[in-house]
Amino acid sequence: MTTIGLPFTKHTLGNGLDVIVHEAHHVPIVAVNVWYHVGSKNERPGRTGFAHFFEHLMFEGSKHHPGGYFPPLQNAGGLLNGSTNTDRTNYWEVVPTSAIDLALWMESDRMGYLLPAVTADRFETQRDVVLNERRQNYENRPYGMAIIALSAALYPPDHPYHWVTIGAAEDLKAMRLDEVQQFFRTYYHPANASLVLAGDIDTARALDLADSYFGDLPAGPRPARITVSGSLAREYRLKIEDRVELPRVYMAWHSPAMFGDGDAEMDLLADLLANGKTSRLYRTLVYERRIAVDVSAHQSSRELGSFFLVAATAAPGQSLSDIASAIDAELQAVISEGPSAADMERAEAQIEAHFLYRLQTVGGFGGKSDQLNAYNVFCGDPAFFARDVARYREATQETVRAAAADVLRFDARVILSIVPLGRHELALAGSEPIAVS
Amino acid sequence: MNVDRSRLPDVGADPDFRFPVIVRHTLSNGLNVRTVEHHTVPIVTMVVQVEGGSGADPSGQEGLAAITADMVDEGTGSLSAIDVSDAITRIGAEYDLDVAPDVTTFSLTTLERFAGRGAALLADLLVRPSLRDDDFERVRRLRVDRLRQLKDVAPAVAERAFLRLMYGQHPYGHLSIGSDAALRELSTGDVAGFHSSRFVPSTATLVIAGDMSHDQMFDLAEEAFGGWSGDPLPGWVRASEVAPPDGPVRRLAIVPRDGAAQSELRIGHLSVERNTPDYPPLLVMNSVLGGQFVSRVNLKLREEKGYTYGARTGFDWRRGKAPFALHASVHTASTADAVRDSLEELEGLRGARPVTSAELALAKASLTRGYPRNFETAGQVARGVAQLALYGLPDTYFQEFVPKVNSVTVDEVSRVAATYLRPERLTTLVVGDHAAIGEPLSRLLGEPIVLSPEM
Repeated sequence: MTTIGLPFTKHTLGNGLDVIVHEAHHVPIVAVNVWYHVGSKNERPGRTGFAHFFEHLMFEGSKHHPGGYFPPLQNAGGLLNGSTNTDRTNYWEVVPTSAIDLALWMESDRMGYLLPAVTADRFETQRDVVLNERRQNYENRPYGMAIIALSAALYPPDHPYHWVTIGAAEDLKAMRLDEVQQFFRTYYHPANASLVLAGDIDTARALDLADSYFGDLPAGPRPARITVSGSLAREYRLKIEDRVELPRVYMAWHSPAMFGDGDAEMDLLADLLANGKTSRLYRTLVYERRIAVDVSAHQSSRELGSFFLVAATAAPGQSLSDIASAIDAELQAVISEGPSAADMERAEAQIEAHFLYRLQTVGGFGGKSDQLNAYNVFCGDPAFFARDVARYREATQETVRAAAADVLRFDARVILSIVPLGRHELALAGSEPIAVS
Repeated sequence: MNVDRSRLPDVGADPDFRFPVIVRHTLSNGLNVRTVEHHTVPIVTMVVQVEGGSGADPSGQEGLAAITADMVDEGTGSLSAIDVSDAITRIGAEYDLDVAPDVTTFSLTTLERFAGRGAALLADLLVRPSLRDDDFERVRRLRVDRLRQLKDVAPAVAERAFLRLMYGQHPYGHLSIGSDAALRELSTGDVAGFHSSRFVPSTATLVIAGDMSHDQMFDLAEEAFGGWSGDPLPGWVRASEVAPPDGPVRRLAIVPRDGAAQSELRIGHLSVERNTPDYPPLLVMNSVLGGQFVSRVNLKLREEKGYTYGARTGFDWRRGKAPFALHASVHTASTADAVRDSLEELEGLRGARPVTSAELALAKASLTRGYPRNFETAGQVARGVAQLALYGLPDTYFQEFVPKVNSVTVDEVSRVAATYLRPERLTTLVVGDHAAIGEPLSRLLGEPIVLSPEM
């Protein structure tokens, strides 16, 4: 088996900013990747969507370059983007080696000096942009409201995962400019951030540059860690009507937190249930019985606790109840007997390949710089790559079976039916209609 | 410490970029093989491109190329579809396919030590697929059901309607998935016929890029694909050789989507072939207009007006005349305003507001300075080289790209804008809430053609 690794050097600046450097010289580019340890989990009910909305403002310019974040970097041939989820917000640039100073100047300026550039005009326009992002990705997309309904059902109203990252439309409309300033002061500072430089750059020079550009930014207070717990007391059955042709059923469970015991097992289980024609659910529902047109399974790993999701769309004329029974039978089989030896052999080849494929790019979403920051922010150690590979390799038939048995409880889950408009009778029996907007 | 924040730091000279050497071979069966060494991680990507994309679908058999491609991994020799999936998984491989207008491309990425098994499997699938009736029925039904679901996906509805508006009955005038009526009529025999006449070595290209030597990759090609035989269909005319209809005058088309939160927009017309010598100035023109975040269209519709999460323009390149269009999904209430602003931007560039030298510089820099990042992975390299084969571009293409783009002038951009942007021939297609958007749009563009979302 190939030995794979992700070597790095880490140094923490006086203001608390972690700086991590990884060298890779085959293409003359450098990835700059900044994580702020803030996501929608840091919001409050009635004030949702804030972390993501804030991400938009970060591209509108900062004090010493108020004319927008994109133009200088685009002019240098850079590619850039950012994203927000429940747990963290990331920002990245991939620039030619010759533009590394520029990228660091820009990132440090918005870390240290964003607020003077945030005007009421920009605030209002980005509010409209984000409302349109919500329409495009949720409201105007088939099954787009499912994740909103599932999050609300899995977690109680005061739980930080009760709402989705895009936020509630009414909260977005009610958001005020002064709240932005407070949010920035709380979460956007060196002590709550982590910077990775990866690519065609020497480590010593990278550390020097990071210190020059970020070293004099004032440290802020480290935000308190959020701790919560939650469980489902029973099976909840819900239904939504949507502009769809074919009904779909979702089943969701609470599952082990990201990097926690059982997290890797549930990820492996998702693959063996629904990835490819050999997977159990695909083979039974789509390939053999042909009662579903698609099926998916996913361990959605998160910091405070994950959820495991199975979804299947009915073939025309097929009932969600038959599909749900067939899913339950497969789940029961894996809970009782665990994966087969062949399942584990397939998983082994895939683990090695997937970790190797992840080492192909230095930047962007999921590239090496993003992975180093994930390990640093969530585990406090960029060296976690090796442990990450190991926890997958150490999984056995029995540990996967045990994780499945622990998580996939029929008496503690959310089952959501999404049915065509006016066809509520196609939902699973006993489902309560819910309104999602 | 104490960085000078009064000005942005200078950017140094662009780093040297050398695209790796492409080595060509032709196997005795005529298969065109190109290999590229890429030594970063022990991975290899193989790409096979066969003539016959969705533009090769015979009239009345729209969807044949795509369903044939889909049948490729449904079994070979003694292996069932399940066995094939198992074999792919056991070498940690990623298998993918893309049905484009002119060609269909299959790719397999695997660990270098499984390269031999990967190549043999890919060859078995492409050259000797089982094409069994029972698998075909299942695959066809899944595609019919998928088409039915796409009726609710606004961007898919827009793509389908826009292609039809652009090309009419031309072979490019449909989505690769085809139509419900055509899919229901297809048979395994049709698939076998398409496969035997299109999946032939003399018109196909195999690209291998990865952590191996040229010789090793060539041996891999010979070993796996040397026994491939077959001849192309005599007298076959490529879709790109069929003249598309003349563009109509300015028109409005609406696909009703009651109560939709947003309107899906396509505004465009047919333009020019990918092979045109005007490609570099067209690329620059598009960057200025809507090809990047800092472009006229996105700055206007998103950053100034907040009508949309994002707006862009682009060419849907192919060997024949390509559609050029603006794409955006805009708030229902802002639809007519967004269309008016879009039309103004499309007209402005060739009229009252030609490209400025600052815009030209920004567009060129953004296209050229970051160019090396397009070749970071073996997969990017292999797919890039396959594109050269598709369009008949020279092996020196990637090396020449940057200087060619950098030599584009303001006058050239103005010339290609005047030649290829045709405001008087723009088709505006809107998938949206007819009751809410119909009247304001009609005031702007006249009575609409109303189309059905049926695929």
